[in-house]
Amino acid sequence: MRRTTWSALASSALAVAAVTVAAVALPSASRAQTIAITGGTVYPVNGPKIENGTVLITNGRITAVGAGLPIPAGAARVDATGKWVTPGLVVGGATIGLAEAGGPQFSGGYNDARARGTAGVSASWRVWEGTNPASTFFRKNVQAGVTTVVQVPQGAGWIGGQAAVLNLAGNTIAEMLVKAPVAMMASMSPEAAGAASRGELLARMRAVLADAKAYGARRVQYESGNTRSFALPKQELEALQPVVNGTMPLVMGVDRASDIRAALAIGREFGLKLVVAGAAEGWQVAAELAAAKVPVMVGAMSNIPQSFDQLAASQENAARLRRAGVSVILVNTGPGDSDAFNVQNIRQEAGNAVAYGMSWDDALRAITLAPAEVMGVADRVGSLAVGREANVVVWSGDPFEFATSAERVYIRGVLQTGESRQDELMKRYRTPGSPGWFERP
Amino acid sequence: MSLYHPAAAVAAALVAWQAAAAQPAPPARPAADTARRASAPGAGALSVPNADPFPSTYAPWPSRPTVIRNANILTAAGPVIRNGAILFRDGKVVAVGASVETPADAVVIDAAGRWVTPGLIDTHSHLGVYPAPGTAAHSDGNEATAPVTAHVWAEHSVWPHDPQFPRVLAGGLTTMQVLPGSANLIGGRSVVLKPVPSTSVQGMKFPGAKYGVKMACGENPKRVYQNRGPATRMANVAGYRAAWIGAERYRRQWDRWLEKREGEPPARNLNDESLAEVLRGNILIHNHCYQADEMLQMIDIAKEFGYKIRSFHHGTEAYKIADVLAREEISASIWSDWGGFKMEALDGVRGNVGMVFAAGARSIVHSDDPSYAQRMNQEAAKSMASARALGIAVSDEDAIRWITINAAWALGLDDRIGSLEPGKNADVVLWSGHPFSVYTRAERVWIDGALMYDRTNPSRQWRTDFELGYGPGRTP
Repeated sequence: MRRTTWSALASSALAVAAVTVAAVALPSASRAQTIAITGGTVYPVNGPKIENGTVLITNGRITAVGAGLPIPAGAARVDATGKWVTPGLVVGGATIGLAEAGGPQFSGGYNDARARGTAGVSASWRVWEGTNPASTFFRKNVQAGVTTVVQVPQGAGWIGGQAAVLNLAGNTIAEMLVKAPVAMMASMSPEAAGAASRGELLARMRAVLADAKAYGARRVQYESGNTRSFALPKQELEALQPVVNGTMPLVMGVDRASDIRAALAIGREFGLKLVVAGAAEGWQVAAELAAAKVPVMVGAMSNIPQSFDQLAASQENAARLRRAGVSVILVNTGPGDSDAFNVQNIRQEAGNAVAYGMSWDDALRAITLAPAEVMGVADRVGSLAVGREANVVVWSGDPFEFATSAERVYIRGVLQTGESRQDELMKRYRTPGSPGWFERP
Repeated sequence: MSLYHPAAAVAAALVAWQAAAAQPAPPARPAADTARRASAPGAGALSVPNADPFPSTYAPWPSRPTVIRNANILTAAGPVIRNGAILFRDGKVVAVGASVETPADAVVIDAAGRWVTPGLIDTHSHLGVYPAPGTAAHSDGNEATAPVTAHVWAEHSVWPHDPQFPRVLAGGLTTMQVLPGSANLIGGRSVVLKPVPSTSVQGMKFPGAKYGVKMACGENPKRVYQNRGPATRMANVAGYRAAWIGAERYRRQWDRWLEKREGEPPARNLNDESLAEVLRGNILIHNHCYQADEMLQMIDIAKEFGYKIRSFHHGTEAYKIADVLAREEISASIWSDWGGFKMEALDGVRGNVGMVFAAGARSIVHSDDPSYAQRMNQEAAKSMASARALGIAVSDEDAIRWITINAAWALGLDDRIGSLEPGKNADVVLWSGHPFSVYTRAERVWIDGALMYDRTNPSRQWRTDFELGYGPGRTP
């Protein structure tokens, strides 16, 4: 039994109790004690790996990382000898918490990762506000070492809403939030913009960004009706201010090499803090992306030319971009609801990136510190640097390998325990033909 | 006909390769192939059921006797062979063991401790019928115009130039069952293909493979037909039963006529013809079904009409009835980890494959996805890890079966493919490392003894017609 942390609890009743206590008591519990994780190989990500390292957690934060550290008296010791210790994984783009069991039109579950918008614009939409903290998807993914996600809308308009960074533990959205908003999501999709062509989309994009700039410069006149008319309502123009001011990243979904160049041009023209997402043909413009210091959110398993915008899709895309000096965030591109139910497959994504040319250290960075940096939360999560929230995973081995399990997962210094819904289902049916519907004496 | 990337550096190899492709060796067809063509044309123009009107024209590519030695071999037929060797020639495995005889004319490959497995097999693919790019023009997988369409055959939708074919080949996949989609209660016939270059689907068809018929439970049919019915699960079941009742009558009429071959034959009906062949045991049922309760109902329907379900597909709740699947000898073609994406998939668990295995039923890791199908070894590895986390003892030897011999059984081909044993087709993969490591890639893939993919040799990396002028070869 490898996943002892998760399967050891004797009854589901106990597990439920543990969940409740852990979540409610999170702030005080995390302040109650110092935890010393000793003896493991520590990958802090913000620095080189440390053999036989110690990670000290106090008050829910990382307070020391290094070799041969003195262990404070009264600290709870966790022997990680032979284990690998990393920051909690940060999935760079996910809808987890927003969607479960298919959308209302598909299957009848819920899907709060979508918006109707105004003319394909939903800039004022704060995606995270629809999060369901009780989603059963959280625990199973936390068990696999994912502590944090960049939560994004799914196929929304061409300006598609505001993303947030959340930890996957907490009773309320407020408890889960690391920071919000962190980025504006967008897509260079003519269809999403109601345009008939790329050229028309670019014209519309320029018009909207120019409107937002003009609005920002003339707010007083706007209120008294002394500006030209703008295509978008006030709340959308307001929400776009940090984007056109260049303070909030605009994450642009775009695949074709020529479209990436068009996005870069728009970014220069309006002084945007651009991030490119998707980037199926990104490797063909890697040097330009690097020169523009534009980070890229990309998968490592997407080598299929799914559309005419992705004809140069390559499994070496992520590695080539990284080698060119681009900041790479690995995101899930695998099948099987890897945006929500299976965000844990980010580990497989990272492993495949390594198999196709990325260095192991870069792959770990691409699922921890890189997304934290790009989303402006590197002072909170993504590394084991002192002062960071203590999102820490103790692994049985290499976190990218399938045989490896996340033996201990801490979020803000709190050990995550209890069974997932899937664990309970498996336990119930572990004896074929006689499911354990009732607790047996 | 330029099938491969015409890189100048490999021009010579390319010429040889193309010449070989243009003049393939005569196919070494298994006896079963000709036997199946019982009502082959020639004795007149009379069209009767159970013909093989679109016969396979696949011929193995030219091959040389090949020895891979110093390899760790997962045969899917017994214990791992450490530092072993395999010899294949004329398309068949000749010997596997600690050492093998090396013929003078053999290509000898020193695997240097790398791993060898049988070619991987996918029981659930939509390659060719839902090709890439995903255009409306090529969206040919669901005949969503009526809930029962057993008259349609997936092969007639297959686009041989789907660039997903070479990608799954590069992932070590050598056989796949291409199915119609799941919009319909009975969606049509499947076809078993090899991922090989061809201008026709006939050139990819596995010679002598049985057809399958795709059935689908649950949400998809009732959602697609909500305005005309079936709009409920009870109407789904009524729909299956009505179809089988019609097929029984058709089968009786035709069996009676075929016995004497006198007088006017009954009218042919392609829908009933497919279903009657299921009732005769000549076509295998592949049943898309997520929920345990529905799978149990489908088993009852099969008993009512006297056919067997060969494999439940998707079966995210297979673990709830693993003992029944074992007892009924129904295989479970399932995912390693999918779930949660719709109501009927809500109870998907990572232990599914392992729990079905532990109950003694045939676990199969299937794809239903062109990305997944490139990494079947990784998905099996996930399932193995999840099983072990539950305390289920699973060896590498067990897990390799989930993507090889068990899948071969579901296709009725376990006497020809799915394991590395003398006499079996030489579908072989040489891996860069342990096949259950995320870092491992398929280095070379042989189909029927012919080297069809070589990661280090561009002349052995098939690019489809579609990709010419496009694709990764296009430099900035």
